[in-house]
Amino acid sequence: MAGAIDIDIGLRRGGFSLSAALSAGAGITVLTGPSGSGKSTLAGAVAGLVRPERGHIAVNGETLFDAGRRIDVPAARRRIGYVLQDSLLFPHLSVRRNLTYSNRKADLALEQVTGILGIGHLLERKPASLSGGERQRVAIGRALLSGPSLLIMDEPLASLDAARRAELMPFIESLRDTLALPVLYITHNWPEIIRLADTVVLMEQGEVRAAGPLQAILAAGDEGLRHLVPDGSVIEATPTAGDVDGLCRFETPAGPMFLPRASSPGGKVRLFIDAHDVAIALEPPRGVSVQNVLGGTIDSLTILDDSHLDLRLALAGEQAIRARITRHAGAQLGLREGMAVFALIKSVSFDRRLQFRNLD
Amino acid sequence: MPLLTPFETEALLLSLKVAAAAVACSLPFAVAVAWLLARKEFPGKSVLNVLVHLPLVVPPVVIGYLLLVTLGRKGIVGAWLDETFGIVIAFTWIAAAVASGVMAFPLMVRAIRLSIEAVDARLESVARTLGASHARVLLTITLPLTLPGIVAGIALGFARCLGEFGATITFASNIPGVSRTLPLALYTALNMPGGEANALRLVVLSIVLAFLALGISELMARRVTKMVTGV
Repeated sequence: MAGAIDIDIGLRRGGFSLSAALSAGAGITVLTGPSGSGKSTLAGAVAGLVRPERGHIAVNGETLFDAGRRIDVPAARRRIGYVLQDSLLFPHLSVRRNLTYSNRKADLALEQVTGILGIGHLLERKPASLSGGERQRVAIGRALLSGPSLLIMDEPLASLDAARRAELMPFIESLRDTLALPVLYITHNWPEIIRLADTVVLMEQGEVRAAGPLQAILAAGDEGLRHLVPDGSVIEATPTAGDVDGLCRFETPAGPMFLPRASSPGGKVRLFIDAHDVAIALEPPRGVSVQNVLGGTIDSLTILDDSHLDLRLALAGEQAIRARITRHAGAQLGLREGMAVFALIKSVSFDRRLQFRNLD
Repeated sequence: MPLLTPFETEALLLSLKVAAAAVACSLPFAVAVAWLLARKEFPGKSVLNVLVHLPLVVPPVVIGYLLLVTLGRKGIVGAWLDETFGIVIAFTWIAAAVASGVMAFPLMVRAIRLSIEAVDARLESVARTLGASHARVLLTITLPLTLPGIVAGIALGFARCLGEFGATITFASNIPGVSRTLPLALYTALNMPGGEANALRLVVLSIVLAFLALGISELMARRVTKMVTGV
């Protein structure tokens, strides 16, 4: 079955060349990579604002561009919602007229969209009088009301502060969860990626370096990708009811973990574990303050530089965790691939605000 | 005693008529050329740019002469107009309007072009992704947001037309009631023995007119800017 997004395109512009192939299913597909890696150009090509020289673009099985078959659906007929960092509301029109600018039939009514986004009270205002977060919500609403089959969001939260970002992320999740709208999401911001991404696409110098589920991308630890991803790994966990001394027990496929509570019990969350916060022991330790001990096997051991090692441990339940330790410690413990060891993670190292996400 | 002599009233009304007609007729072309120069890439763009700006850089008399040889009775286009439609432009008030319009054209284009360039092209792109046709984008996004520049272009063009002298006297001559606009009337007064008092009155009239025109355009520009940006 064709995925929601199927792209294989190439183009050159001055000194820049883009040659990217990717396919992604429903949900939120995050494009990330350094500035100038071609993320926005790729998004522009999908929206129909940039014409590739070769290749094809299909969204939900509908071919939008195919150089070989001379298909190039104009932007106005592509049904691609496009939300940028600058909300780009039409400054001379009221919020209401911005929202209803599109003549296309949308599945959603104006009231539903203003309800979801909480912008019903802004309808008669002009964009200039809105705050950054309000503007961005109106921009999302305007895109939704054009009846899109795919929503492109190009750094939609980049101009907002951390609190506003956290406020807007549930709205973006609800696009996927309640509206089942595929989203192509561009960002540099890893807390956003960890919270939102179903699929991650790493881009660099106009090429796709890697694409796959978030956990797999983070755990890969590939030499050529290490500079593109944070040093750490993600484990999916379910918080249980009842805190003990302010710590909550999270059930994970790799075993229980005890962390400060950040969300209500029940829904799954993603835990981002920084490789620098993970220590290694040969035996289950006694007499240490660390609360989280997960047993696993050393999957790979990479020498990073004169003094550091990167370890990847395979844990129970097909989970993986990365640890950054010194070469000295590695030699002392006699670490080698295939060894059974224990990962020690301090509970206080978790950022409560951003690195959790509801998955239910 | 009336405020203005018949001679002055005639020149004033003629000036207003010529300027209004010149601006009204050249405005659609100015908007179109400004949009082409601001938004499109095409072969010959720099040639068009130079042509549009020519009246700004060559002596007005040159423009008047060029108009005479093209639109004059014996001119290439003028002869054809005369033969086919029996229309003669040279030495009529229409000639004065054409001369003023051509001279004002680059100023209008510049003001409008700057204003189109100041419209974020991404607004137009977003409108396209929302399903709007190119025509709808132009009419509902680009032109409304360009309105302050269009108002400025009209004001500049109108002021330029009121002051037009060299091209007008060359192409339309200096005929009372036909092509003797305020600057030409002033020139005529200065050339008459003892005409200094009359000339002074025309100078004052010109200045008052300029102040009025600028004041009105300033008010309109403020209104329009408020309408467009909401602040």
